[in-house]
Amino acid sequence: MTSQALLRVQHLRVEIPTRRGVLLALDDVSFTIAPGEILGFVGESGAGKSLTGMAILGLLDPPGRVASGEIWLGERRIDTLSQREMRLIRGKQIGAVFQDPLMSLNPLLQIGDQLIESIRTHLPLTHEQAAARALALMRSVGIPAPEARFTAYPHQFSGGMRQRIVIALALCAQPELIVADEPTTALDVSIQAQVLHLLKSQCREQGTAMLLVTHDMGVIAETADRVAVMYAGRIVEIGPVADVIKAPVHPYTRGLMGAIPSLAPVTGPLAQIDGAMPRLNARPDGCAFHPRCPAATAQCRAQSPGLETRHGRQVACWVHQASQEAA
Amino acid sequence: MTDIALQVSDLQRHFPMGQSLLRAALGRTAQSVRAVDGVGFNIQRGQTFSLVGESGCGKSTLARLVAGLDTPTGGQVRFSDAGKTSHRIQMIFQDPYASLNPRYRVGTAIAEPIRFQKLLPEAAVLPRVHELLRQVGLAAADAAKFPHEFSGGQRQRVSIARALAGNPTFLVCDEPTSALDVSVQAQILNLLRQLQAELGLTCLFISHNLAVINYVSHDVGVMYLGRLVEVAPTRVLFEAPKHPYTQMLLAALPRLDTRGREQPPIMGEIPSPLAPPSGCAFHPRCPHANARCQSELPTLQDAPDGSRIACHAVAEGRIPVSLFT
Repeated sequence: MTSQALLRVQHLRVEIPTRRGVLLALDDVSFTIAPGEILGFVGESGAGKSLTGMAILGLLDPPGRVASGEIWLGERRIDTLSQREMRLIRGKQIGAVFQDPLMSLNPLLQIGDQLIESIRTHLPLTHEQAAARALALMRSVGIPAPEARFTAYPHQFSGGMRQRIVIALALCAQPELIVADEPTTALDVSIQAQVLHLLKSQCREQGTAMLLVTHDMGVIAETADRVAVMYAGRIVEIGPVADVIKAPVHPYTRGLMGAIPSLAPVTGPLAQIDGAMPRLNARPDGCAFHPRCPAATAQCRAQSPGLETRHGRQVACWVHQASQEAA
Repeated sequence: MTDIALQVSDLQRHFPMGQSLLRAALGRTAQSVRAVDGVGFNIQRGQTFSLVGESGCGKSTLARLVAGLDTPTGGQVRFSDAGKTSHRIQMIFQDPYASLNPRYRVGTAIAEPIRFQKLLPEAAVLPRVHELLRQVGLAAADAAKFPHEFSGGQRQRVSIARALAGNPTFLVCDEPTSALDVSVQAQILNLLRQLQAELGLTCLFISHNLAVINYVSHDVGVMYLGRLVEVAPTRVLFEAPKHPYTQMLLAALPRLDTRGREQPPIMGEIPSPLAPPSGCAFHPRCPHANARCQSELPTLQDAPDGSRIACHAVAEGRIPVSLFT
């Protein structure tokens, strides 16, 4: 499994030094993504899911930094590369799609030129060849009449069309991996369905792997193969999407699943996890979830649990481990 | 059935667009955006009526018209209690960061509506503030804190306490949980439901999230480009959606139980409200549209199950009612 993995993240730790001490933003995050696989990252604001994507892209905002751990893309370690070397990997091997397409596009450049620039940065093509490829990309992401829109500026497109262009940019050098951070959060639900369908078919047809960061479990359920649930900078549960949704194991995942309103008839109050996720500067000792956990024990309060693998799923929970050992 | 708290009839809000000199010189008339265009519905006392739709459909404009924060350009908003001293409307907005004054202690913010409307003698104000804080799941001691000392969910609780401080009979909630994380959203939705049951509030609830709507509403109205396209009791809407737009919205919603489902192809985008399509505004995206849909504007027609649908294809029986479960 590890030898086939496209992306391997091992014991990643991201720190943000501040005047009041060092904040631990990501703690012991480990996972792999296989070629063609879509791994979803879900969690609440501040859980560290976007930061994981940014660390892989080498785009952590200073003073945030990778303090320890390793990130491997295929046979190459990428967390120690210089900014210059990393810039060649971004766009070529790792594509990125962010929430707000306007932030990813240059408002002063025609979108055809933006595509050509990205293509020629990474592929040895002439201007004409790059233009032909740009048109083909625009067609493949579902932009109607691409010849006519080739010379249009970003503001002349709707939000959904802009996000398609950003996806075309991310795909321009046929990357092995796409990091998509809340790619459909700014879009309406009908447009979201179109964009998700596009990303999914891209991964299926080209064998591109994707790290999909979102706060919406519904998006994960429809798109991802596996899902990692994050809480306070750590992965608390990771496994196949169907398993995690149907039978969540970690108390946080269970609470999260129960808190999501559905379209079924309402039978009673939604499951509630009282309290809120701790801020980075007020992380409790032991398992970060223990103050909100109904099953917390003395061990949970003292010691942070690591991810344990059982039945193809990894869970970081003392109570779960104890019950498995007893069984 | 007869106890109607709010009657909205043929409500319109057209925003005039700036008339350019060139257009005036060419003798063209000024354009206007028809944000709300001929909307009518009733809300029964003690019930929640929800409006759902995508960005730009006019749902927030409608909420502002009902709350009296904006003046309609046509039609009526009629509260049956209008003129009575007990008739009070309060609003809860999406962003609790923006709707609380950062320099006011939250106790002062909550006391403001009580003092302004002279609901209680001064000596009774503080105990009432403490009672309200406890009612929304905060502590009496929180009255002395400033908004920045609270998390997003707690701030929304403060907003709710402040709305309740005015002893409202009618509550307008505009996307009250859209800025919140899902576990906090669950806390706020549970609180709103519980408060409505306890206080007998009538609510107009605005959201783009169908699952949230399902959780809080008795009746739902679906809006598209300034008009209601379907109004139905909640269960009827979710189990037998009839308007092609409602069906499309429900089909597009990512769900937990439909893993790996092939998305039905959803065509097109929401048209610009500056240049709405002729006839039924949904016809360019509708798989059932024909010549009549392109030219004739459909109006809401009653269906036997209590829903009302504005669609020629439904009226003519051209669409089989699809069943969602």
